[in-house]
Order: sequence, then C-alpha cells, then structure tokens
Amino acid sequence: MSVDARLIKRLRGVAGTAAFKLDVHLQAGSGITALFGPSGSGKTLLLNCLAGFVRADEGRILVNDRLYFDASTGVHVPPRDRACGYIFQDHALFPHMTVRENLEFAAASRSLQNGPLNRRRRLNELLQAFELSDLAARKPAQLSGGQKQRAALARILVNEPALLLLDEPTRGLDARLRDSFYQLLRRTREQVKAPILLVTHDLEECFELADRVCIVEGGRFVQSGPRDAVFSRPASIEIARSLGIYTILPAEIKALDPGRNTSRLQVFGFEVEGPYLPGHLIGDHGSLCIRSSEIKLLPAAGRASRNQIEAGLLRQSASARGILLELEHEITALISESEYENLRGRDRLRIEIPDSAGHFIGK
Amino acid sequence: MDWFPLWLSLRVAGIATVLVLTLGTLLAYVLSHKNFRGKSLADSLITLPLVLPPTVLGYYLLVLAGRASPLGHVYEAVFGQPLVFTWQAAVVAAFLHSAPIYVKAARAILETVDYRFEWAAHSLGASEWRTFWRVTLPLAWRGLSSLASLTFARSLGDFGVTIMVAGNIPGRTQTLSVAIYDAVESGNGQLARILVLVVSALALALLWPAGYFSRGTRSGAAV
Repeated sequence: MSVDARLIKRLRGVAGTAAFKLDVHLQAGSGITALFGPSGSGKTLLLNCLAGFVRADEGRILVNDRLYFDASTGVHVPPRDRACGYIFQDHALFPHMTVRENLEFAAASRSLQNGPLNRRRRLNELLQAFELSDLAARKPAQLSGGQKQRAALARILVNEPALLLLDEPTRGLDARLRDSFYQLLRRTREQVKAPILLVTHDLEECFELADRVCIVEGGRFVQSGPRDAVFSRPASIEIARSLGIYTILPAEIKALDPGRNTSRLQVFGFEVEGPYLPGHLIGDHGSLCIRSSEIKLLPAAGRASRNQIEAGLLRQSASARGILLELEHEITALISESEYENLRGRDRLRIEIPDSAGHFIGK
Repeated sequence: MDWFPLWLSLRVAGIATVLVLTLGTLLAYVLSHKNFRGKSLADSLITLPLVLPPTVLGYYLLVLAGRASPLGHVYEAVFGQPLVFTWQAAVVAAFLHSAPIYVKAARAILETVDYRFEWAAHSLGASEWRTFWRVTLPLAWRGLSSLASLTFARSLGDFGVTIMVAGNIPGRTQTLSVAIYDAVESGNGQLARILVLVVSALALALLWPAGYFSRGTRSGAAV
C-alpha cells in the first residue's frame, strides 16, 4: 500500500498574516512516516488536502493507484469517498454518542459488502483489541485521555482505511499516556498495511515511532528519508540547527583519500578523521555535525589523541534526563550522572568523536 | 368571553413555528456551511423583514400573493381558495415575523459546532445529509430547541402584517394581537385587559424554559 501525492496549495494572507504556499511531493509506503516540523509549517494543511477537506491548487494524489485528486483533469474525490482514517487533535469523538455508537456510525456510513453480522463481529473485535469492551457504553466525556485515543484509533480502523492521517495525536498528553499510545501505534503498524502519516513537532516522537521522516519547513519538505539517515545526516546546517540535537563545529578539510576512504578535518587546531567526503575538496570550509548524544567526554590529561578535541567547561546543569554540560565553542553534551562522576571538578574536558559519528556539511 | 382569538393564535403560531424550524434550519445550515455567490445578498434579504415596516411587508404580500398575482393563482389552484384574508395568511405573517430572527440565531448556533466533528464524520464515510442529522443537529440541539420556544412566542405576536394580509374578521382571522387592537378601538377596555394579560403570561411561560435551556447550552458549550 502506498501514497504518492504531489501538491501545491497557496493560502492568501488574511488580516496581516503572510501568504503561505505548500509545495510538497510526498511518497510513503507501509509503516509510519513522520511529518516533522514547527507549528505553521503546513503539516496539517497537507493532511487536510490528502483527506479532501481542502482542495489543492495543483498536483495529484494517488493512494494505492486510486486517484483522489488531479488538478489537471479536475478530479476531486469528496472526503467521504476517500478511504482515509483521520485522527484529529483532541480526537473528535462524537460527544453525544457512546464509544460503540461512534464505531457503529463509522461502520454504517460506509457500505461494506459485509452483512450486519460481520459488521457486528468486526466492531466487537476492535473493541476487544483496543481494550474498550468494558467502556463501549460510555460517552467520550467519561473516558480518560488514553481511552479516548484508543477509541479514536479503533473508530478509524472500522472501515479499513487505505491511509491513516494522525494530526499530533499525543498533544497535551502526559508522558505515561504518550508511552502507551506509542505502544498502541506500533501494534497498529504491525497489523495495518496502510501508510500511517504522523504529524508531529516532537522530536522524541519521531525517534519512538517513525520509520521514515519528512522534515517540513515553510511548506516544503527540506529533507526526507529513512529516520536514521535523516537524523544522522542532516542535509543542511539550517536543518541541523533547527533540530537542535547536534553539536556543530566549524571545520576545514585537510586531507582526502578516496582510495582508503578516509578524510581528515581540522577543528579548532585538533584533527578529526572520518570517511571520505565525496564532492568536497581539500581546503573546503564547512561544519562538522555530531549528534550530541554520541559525543564522549573524558577528563583532559596528556596529549589529545585521535579524534579528540579539548574545550573548557563553562556550565553544568541537572535535567530530568541527565547532566547537561555546556563547553566552549558552543558545544553541549548530555551525559548520565555516573559518567559525570569521572569528570567532576575538571574545568577542561576532552571530547571524543566516535568514528563516522561526525557528518561534514560544506558551505 | 370569546376565546377564538387565543386558539387561532396558538394554531397559527404552531404551524408557523413548524415551518420556521424546517425551512429556517435548512436555510441557516446553508448559510453557515456553504459558500456561494450572492450569499451576503441572501443574508440581507433574510434580515429585511426585521427592518421593513410591517405595512411594507404586508403590501408586498398582498401584491405577490393576492388574487390577481400569478403566485395567488397557483395557491388558489392548489388549495382551492385564495390566501389573502384567511387564517393561513396569518401563518405567513407570523412566519415572516419570526423566521429572520430564527435563521440568524440558528446560523450562529450551527457555526459553533466544531467543524472537526463534521470532518470526522465525512472522512468516516458519512454523507452530508447523514452528518447533518447524526452529528451537526444533535450537537446544536440544545441551542436550537431553546430557540424553538422563542420562535413560537414571537410567532404569537405579529400584528402589522397580519392585519394587512389576513384582516380582522372575528371568528375567522382575528388573532390575539388583532383582537386586542379591536377591543381597544371599540372601547372594550375589560376585554383588552384580559387579552393583554393572557398574551403576557403566555409569552413569559414560553420564555422561561427557553432561558433555562440556553443557560444549559452555555455550561455545556464544550460539546
């Protein structure tokens, strides 16, 4: 199952707001594709175009080779005839219906070939799978946040959608509920072949759930690909900065050896070795991006060895996830309390960059 | 004491209210959910009966639906009698009296229904009709039902248009408000006083539960 959408949608600026243009080409297969970006970058607008609530100006939408939208031929399949399961922020469970009625509404709205008996069985299966059997007679107002999420997810699965659209489903949930939703969604991914598009501005959510990531900024996909590839190799220094999980150091290429697949960079008078950098020349200036979590910190003693940089410690602060160290050259590192024990009292630290952890971005 | 005007007024207001609730809700839905050319003109036309003098409205009705007009002919052909100077004309007058306010208020209520519920229904495969009946209307129900009693109360109260198109025929087209006018004009102070008290009590009895309902809507606005 797959979705292929090429869309352009222009929004005129209203009441002093700037005009906006969404211009993307989305391709996604089974699994979870995260649309990651700041508020106002056009993520929700994209979902609304896919679901048919908003009509794009140009482009076309193909879901499993079914044409939902084609600007050139004027095809615009209305939302009710698109097999999209949409989870809204705050879930939009019908407040005047019980959980079961919410699911029944979905089942009765789409004329499946299944008879009423099969339909009933499917509802019961879903209620059971989402641990809603005991809550089926309750109205949404009587459900907890986590239960509402399960009900909303069950409701869209009634009609076996070809595409799942999730608009910040964990917004406003505490950490515990978030974790249980992640589990639920992972289970859903195993059972459902339909592509799942997850709109989020939470980096952690991307790491927890996404198979693929599209970074959305200003209505465009600035980078997309498998999650780990995207996050270990940000395409530009701007993306790296906006993700905020990297230590970014100015670097100059000192040596390149394609034969041995190596390169040598100079960073603040220290040398860092890494794999060969195709497309760059010796003497090029750029930036070395390293995931802050991959940096190793050692006490500075003796001569700096391979791939090590020395820097003075400016500040340290405790956070829920560990000790945050701020060093010279705008280097930050998050380490555990036990790691910090070895460094206590030092004012100069040695930063070790593991092999191939650094990612060079040219100017 | 002749209670005919009271019964006639209740019947006229009842029928007018049913008409307003069906046609008015439909109109309010279209205005709140659709964009079309001439929408602001339609909106102005709906507001017009609120600001025009009743005599002007009555005049239009006499011209449009009188026995000489095409519309009047059609009505006569269908119902076997002319519209003007019958109690049915009083229904039309009451309708014009209460429909504009109902449409405006109902539109505002329908607009407060969170569009995401309707979008959710559509993307679950529901048609617009089904979404209206099963989602939009139930969510707007409390507001609309309090509006219904307001509409009935207002339908009881038309005078100007009624007297122009339905006339003042005792026992046939004389509604409460027309009967009060008639009693005052003919110096029957006793009758006027009784009818005035009846109308006031009736209006209060109708508005009281309406106020109760609308208070409920406020606190339950989260639906």
